[in-house]
Amino acid sequence: MIRVENLVKAFGAKRAVNDVSFAVERGEVLGFLGPNGAGKSTTMRIITGFYPPTSGRVTVGGFDVAEDPIPAKRLIGYLPENAPGYADMTVHGFLGFAADLRGLTGDAKKKAVHKAVETCSLEGVLYQTIDTLSKGYKHRTCLAQSIVHDPDVLILDEPTDGLDPNQKHEARSLIRRMGANKAIVFSTHILEEVEETCTRVIIIDRGSVVANGTPAELKGRSEMAGAVRVTVAGVAGTAVADRLGAMPGAARAEPLEDAGGRSTVRVYPKTRGAAFTAAVAQAAQAAGWQVEALITEEGRLDDVFRAITLPDTVKRGHGLSA
Amino acid sequence: MNAWTNIRAIVKRELGGYFSSPVAYVFLVIFLLLTGFFTFTIGNFFERGEASLVSFFTWHPWLYLFLVPAVGMRLWSEERRLGTLELLLTMPVTTAQAIVGKFVASWIFLALALALTFPVWITVNILGSPDNGVIFAGYIGSLLLAGSYLAIASMTSAMTRNQVVSFIVSVMICLFLILAGFTPVTDLLVRWASPWFVDVVASFSVMTHFDSFQRGVIELRDVAFFGSLIGFALFATGVIIRSLRAG
Repeated sequence: MIRVENLVKAFGAKRAVNDVSFAVERGEVLGFLGPNGAGKSTTMRIITGFYPPTSGRVTVGGFDVAEDPIPAKRLIGYLPENAPGYADMTVHGFLGFAADLRGLTGDAKKKAVHKAVETCSLEGVLYQTIDTLSKGYKHRTCLAQSIVHDPDVLILDEPTDGLDPNQKHEARSLIRRMGANKAIVFSTHILEEVEETCTRVIIIDRGSVVANGTPAELKGRSEMAGAVRVTVAGVAGTAVADRLGAMPGAARAEPLEDAGGRSTVRVYPKTRGAAFTAAVAQAAQAAGWQVEALITEEGRLDDVFRAITLPDTVKRGHGLSA
Repeated sequence: MNAWTNIRAIVKRELGGYFSSPVAYVFLVIFLLLTGFFTFTIGNFFERGEASLVSFFTWHPWLYLFLVPAVGMRLWSEERRLGTLELLLTMPVTTAQAIVGKFVASWIFLALALALTFPVWITVNILGSPDNGVIFAGYIGSLLLAGSYLAIASMTSAMTRNQVVSFIVSVMICLFLILAGFTPVTDLLVRWASPWFVDVVASFSVMTHFDSFQRGVIELRDVAFFGSLIGFALFATGVIIRSLRAG
């Protein structure tokens, strides 16, 4: 549905987006990750036709967004960053306006507005003006606007920003539900959100795609992935770490916790695989420890995220202070 | 047609925006009070002893100078400030449709304000028998004048997200358009510039063209002047908005 090819966007000398390519098909939920200022919003603005690209091409449903914007825009629902809305309009009026511009009239319009209101639980504030809404409601109003025409493509710029934990949960399950028959791109800072909702993740840093894969694949890139965490009762953490670290397949072992007569140690393998977990279990048995827990780590997305994007951020930080 | 439904939706929203806030009512009251004050007190409507609305229309270029930019200043700067510009322009509407829709809505609002001055027309018809054709031409001229100022306000509004800046810049441009043909200024110009130059400058002025409407003459070249001024300013609005997005 969405095809982004060698996208470049320059603001003056600065390249906000630098040679970004990816594609999103129907049924996919693509999580867009990256530090602030990485070019996430700029990319989304180009996909939705707000910014023309400096070079490269974006097609939505086969229509070139820069050359044939109107049919492309018809397919897209867009929630911009900070969820803007006309301050002096009521929620109902605002959604009606969005439906008008989407070409909905009469009964179809009424039904569409009603459905969007229901989906985003806005019944209670329907006749309140937007400037009187709380941040959460404002966000949901703008989200309702983006889905009023049941678009094939949804572009959501930080859709859960400013929502409370319950609302976040609702928004995520809504995105997951809608993702079944739409192509969705959403950006976020919250990594657990990505694990929970996305079928694929793109990490973008300083305008370039630095990682692209399923959440599981990315987690697998974590140093921690495949490591084994063992909790043993009655043995000191350092003793456990020494013994397990000396195993032939182990790269190193580190004690994590040592309290209340039980210690937890994480052992990193030289090569990942189920065999390593078994080897650790055997070693623990051979040592005669009372093993309380033995867990193979999946890896953590935030580790991967930091590993990929942090060095640059640090460099930039030095640049600023110099 | 699709373009019309889009423009109509935008016009409807904009007009709704005016009347859902006190802005519209404050503006209407002030406009009517000021027209009354200028017509009857400063314009010496009664002392003139003639059945015409000359003292009414004479003041419109000056009155609009401040009131029309006040109506137009929020057109685009508000959208930029709220971030709704991004929303509007990612809808399946063209920039041109959005510009025309917003302009037409404000123009309708100004037309409404102008229409509400009908008691002046009734008064002059009760007191005497004026040439209603001349008065009609005057109203047409006044509406075109308001439209021209409004298009300029639309242009300056697109330049900035600050409404005050937008207001001041459009007042300055409108003031220039008045002064270029204002008799004291043209008299000054004549002293050092050749007459043809003075004529060229004066022909850019709204005063020169507005005057003929007041005399009851609707001439094609005057209508074309205001029309092209509106067209140019709206086109410039489009260029400014495009450059905003191009970054």
